[in-house]
Amino acid sequence: MNNIQIVEDIASDTFLKASEHWAINGIPTNPEAWLYTVAKNKAKDYLKHKAIFDLKVSDNIRNAVSEENIFTETDERTISDSQLAMLFAVCDPVIATEGQISLALQVLCGFSVNEVAQALLSNRETIKKRLFRAKDYLRKSNFEIKELSSLQITERLPTVLKSLYLLFNEGYYSKHQDQFVRKELCYEAIRLAVSLTENNLTNTAQVNALIALMCYQSSRLDARTGDTGEIILFDNQDRNLWNQDMIDKGNHYIILATDRRQTSKYHIEAAIAYWHTTSEQQSKWSPILQLYNQLILIEYSPITALNRAFAYAKVYGIKEGINETEKLKLEYNAHYFGLLGYLYTDLDPEQAKRNYQKAISLSPSAPERQLFKKRMREIQGTG
Amino acid sequence: MKDFMLIFRLKDVADFRPSPEQMQERMNWLASIAAQEKLVDKGNTLLPTMDAGRHISADQVVTDGPYTELKEFISGYIVIRTDTIDEAVEIAKQNPIFKIGGSIEVRELLKR
Repeated sequence: MNNIQIVEDIASDTFLKASEHWAINGIPTNPEAWLYTVAKNKAKDYLKHKAIFDLKVSDNIRNAVSEENIFTETDERTISDSQLAMLFAVCDPVIATEGQISLALQVLCGFSVNEVAQALLSNRETIKKRLFRAKDYLRKSNFEIKELSSLQITERLPTVLKSLYLLFNEGYYSKHQDQFVRKELCYEAIRLAVSLTENNLTNTAQVNALIALMCYQSSRLDARTGDTGEIILFDNQDRNLWNQDMIDKGNHYIILATDRRQTSKYHIEAAIAYWHTTSEQQSKWSPILQLYNQLILIEYSPITALNRAFAYAKVYGIKEGINETEKLKLEYNAHYFGLLGYLYTDLDPEQAKRNYQKAISLSPSAPERQLFKKRMREIQGTG
Repeated sequence: MKDFMLIFRLKDVADFRPSPEQMQERMNWLASIAAQEKLVDKGNTLLPTMDAGRHISADQVVTDGPYTELKEFISGYIVIRTDTIDEAVEIAKQNPIFKIGGSIEVRELLKR
């Protein structure tokens, strides 16, 4: 038996249980979360079961095989959280990085193929092929969760972090049809990242920066959606709903992260998120633009490019902002047209509407489409 | 798509140390290229001081300095990727170096 098979079995078990349970009790209000919780519990049951087997049976066998292992084994090597251990196992560098991340998101974070494709800004077919190849490799190599060497852990850490980052982002900016925010994914990403700090090998500056970033962002989770799940943008959020506890935690981890000599993209993103937790309204934008400048030089992404253009508009004014945005030519991206719609609103209402219309036709998320429609109506109301 | 090196030249060594505002303008320009997914190599800045450069002539005579006694000296370079050389020139024209009398040479890279 290999673990990838087990995970797939757990997934199909979960759906079976869902079809039984839902037929009797009706579909729960949050089916996604329900499935996730059931799958998690099933996985835990399995791992508990397996742990007992390992403890009682296989440890004896293994120790008999190589005794010197006992001496080289230290606490540092073991990743104590079973889900994390699985994540590290999946992030095997013999699979292409994108394949590792796809697999991690699917089997560990419970993403559908579509969600993986959206998270990685790719398409369904590519991801399917990638997942097939990755699983095929794992099957052929008799995949199992082994203890990894220090070097292996260090090598795999960046991919593990990227997976956690994407897990968090999917929770925070869910592309899911009906929900804009999926808190449970955010909290799970934080929980896993925090357990990385419990091990000296993985308690790196990057990990702490990532946690700081996630804490700062999470502080606004309750303020970002209204009673009916609609999106509330930053400027309209009720600051009393911001979670000061999470901001404090962010501050705690950012200090741990800057203690060492490394600046990663997580550091920069955490610094940007920090500025957004302050009460500075206008003066924050110049430092934020500088941080986005740094971030886009480390790693290109359309979202970073758009956020940078927004900050540019905040610093240099609407016209310059439009100019900077239109250079990006992200003609397939709903947020690109959403940003242009926003920027054109006062300058050229007709142009703004046209852009919002394009954004609506491109966005896969219902709450997001609602927001664009609302903004369009507001323009019509004034003009 | 073609790769082009943009080679920056300055006239005055004093311009080499930019003010915070100039620095911000330069960063904006560079990041804007990255935001369009057209930056291949963010390149380097070359130190203009006498002890940071040597010139070796054809007869292997070594002289000090990056030749700042000439009209211009090379202050840095980056590599960008665009469809045409004209597009590369348009991007180069946005660089704030022209405000201080600098110049930019655009050269296509030979692809091996």
